[in-house]
Amino acid sequence: MLTFGTGNKAVAMAVRDAKPVVVAAYPITPQTEIVEEIANFVTDGSLDARYIPVESEHSSMAACIGAAATGVRTFTATSSHGLVYMCEMLHMSAGARLPIVMANANRALGPGWNIGAEHSDSISMRDTGWLQVYVSTVQEAYDATVMAFRIAEHTDVLLPVMINLDGFLLTHITQTFETVEPGDFIPPTATPHAIDINNPGGYGTLTPGNTHFKFRHDIERGMQASVPVIVETEADFARRFGREYHLYEEYRCEDADVVIIAMGTLGKEMEVAVDILRDEGVAAGAIRMRWFRPFIVPDLDGKEVVVIDRDYSFGFGGVVANELQAKCGCKPFSVIAGLGGQEVTYDDIAEFVRIRCPGKEHWFGVDD
Amino acid sequence: MAIPDEEFLLKTTSACAGCPSSLILRYVTKAAGADTVLVIPACCTSVIQGVYPTTAMNIPVYNVAFASAAAVASGMSEAFRAEGRKTNVICYAGDGGTIDIGIQALSGALERGTDFLYICYDNEAYSNTGMQRSGATPLGAMTTTTPGGKKDQKKDLDAIVAAHNPVYQATACAAYPQDLYNKVEKALSIPGPKFMHVLAPCPPGWRFPSEKTIEMGKLAVKSGLWVLYERENGKLSITGASKAAMKKRIPVEDYLSVQGRFRKITAAETAEVQKTVEDTIARLQREVDGIC
Repeated sequence: MLTFGTGNKAVAMAVRDAKPVVVAAYPITPQTEIVEEIANFVTDGSLDARYIPVESEHSSMAACIGAAATGVRTFTATSSHGLVYMCEMLHMSAGARLPIVMANANRALGPGWNIGAEHSDSISMRDTGWLQVYVSTVQEAYDATVMAFRIAEHTDVLLPVMINLDGFLLTHITQTFETVEPGDFIPPTATPHAIDINNPGGYGTLTPGNTHFKFRHDIERGMQASVPVIVETEADFARRFGREYHLYEEYRCEDADVVIIAMGTLGKEMEVAVDILRDEGVAAGAIRMRWFRPFIVPDLDGKEVVVIDRDYSFGFGGVVANELQAKCGCKPFSVIAGLGGQEVTYDDIAEFVRIRCPGKEHWFGVDD
Repeated sequence: MAIPDEEFLLKTTSACAGCPSSLILRYVTKAAGADTVLVIPACCTSVIQGVYPTTAMNIPVYNVAFASAAAVASGMSEAFRAEGRKTNVICYAGDGGTIDIGIQALSGALERGTDFLYICYDNEAYSNTGMQRSGATPLGAMTTTTPGGKKDQKKDLDAIVAAHNPVYQATACAAYPQDLYNKVEKALSIPGPKFMHVLAPCPPGWRFPSEKTIEMGKLAVKSGLWVLYERENGKLSITGASKAAMKKRIPVEDYLSVQGRFRKITAAETAEVQKTVEDTIARLQREVDGIC
């Protein structure tokens, strides 16, 4: 069904259509509309779920853990300070191999107090064992949320999935989008280690050094297994519903000498920048990375690379730029841009390419 | 009510000798039965239940982050109810995980009307990590972080919980297992949020011989320092051995002097403890009499 709404509304409608049994949530700007919409769906009966209005984000993830431990489908949403407040529970949920799905409205962390888009919140959760996908349109916010349940709950994966959408830039813009009826696209949740009264066990008990590492390695196995599951899920989604997604989205890359790489809404801006540069005779292309965990490296052999990070690891550099460098040996021109909702236009992105200097770092808008 | 023979906490656990917590857990699980999940934050029970891949428990035990027990229980209880299951969800948490770091989650779960039973077993310190001060540590008690004796009063957890108006609230003590059993059984028969606060005299932490756990619990009750009661639908009833203590008590010195942790308590602090006992009992008696 064709409809119209914000990125937040699209996520909420996708959650409604995926039919979770428990939703536990705490409101935070700019995510609030997601949990308001879900509360409305539960109230008007269009979603038959238990909505738990918790007292904090730490508790929202805790409640999802408790519910998912019984083997039911769960969802929550958060942003920024809410996400870092639940950091401990992100480790717990992934470590317990619970397929919780969460939307995160990417937002800066204070101080100073700022509610604009920034990826520092989710990037700082990169080592929790959560899969992370970054979306760029309202339609993709809907589609990725539907697919997230199937990916998280796949028995080869059994890891939680975070759908990241840029605060305000995507959470609050309105676009036309199409909903689907997932039906058997999302199979019933089948958590093999769900609590079973008839077969009691200790979950998460003291685990000494001669076994703990095996559980850690199992998380990595799940992460590795998620790659074919994502590919298969996205292919099946395209077959059934006609919209195609890939691990990363390439734009005019076939003959490109220089590629721009970014995640989230900047990914769409890059495409316009590429067109501008092509008109100037620069063989530019763009790659929008969708999955940050697992980290899937595009083939960058023989190409110059400009990476735009809406995040920063202090004392180190732009995270995506550095991870690409570490994984594929390229020497990117690392641009730090868009922090805290700083405006970055396609003209600005084209300029990053014109002034590129391999191996160097450039903070957009900082003169010295 | 007869206590069943069936055991859910198996023999030879890694608990300390004379451990009151494992004694309490034994009776709690007997009262709750097999259709029960325990939700446990970091506490002594994290150790008592055994080390992977073994377990000392004969019911599912879900270990969760320190601050999160009541919130995890909320999600678990809602999921069970959504699936039409009546499985008991019991948080079994120490005083640190309840009175200090876990109080936000406890308050939220009580306020939301979560259908669960939260049991705080109170050994009045962070005993799992070697006896550091918690908000439940009483005035004058030495711990490794209050080596000169604690200068602040014990936090009144029961008053905080009472302010949430749970459907059932009770105190109990490891020294009176029948009273404990009866209360757990009654609590679990009522839908909604239930809370129990159970005193757990800890031999290594309180510094008394391990064979005197029961005796120490009885001294706490006989001195009026720990009052056994239950509050159902807002109506308070004093239970068991505390009925006598409401009328006639042994001096608090008889309880304090036999514990190494009170070695540095001053005469003024002892008098303050005695006064707190008298005030609490007077307040509870007014509530029983319907005067409050």
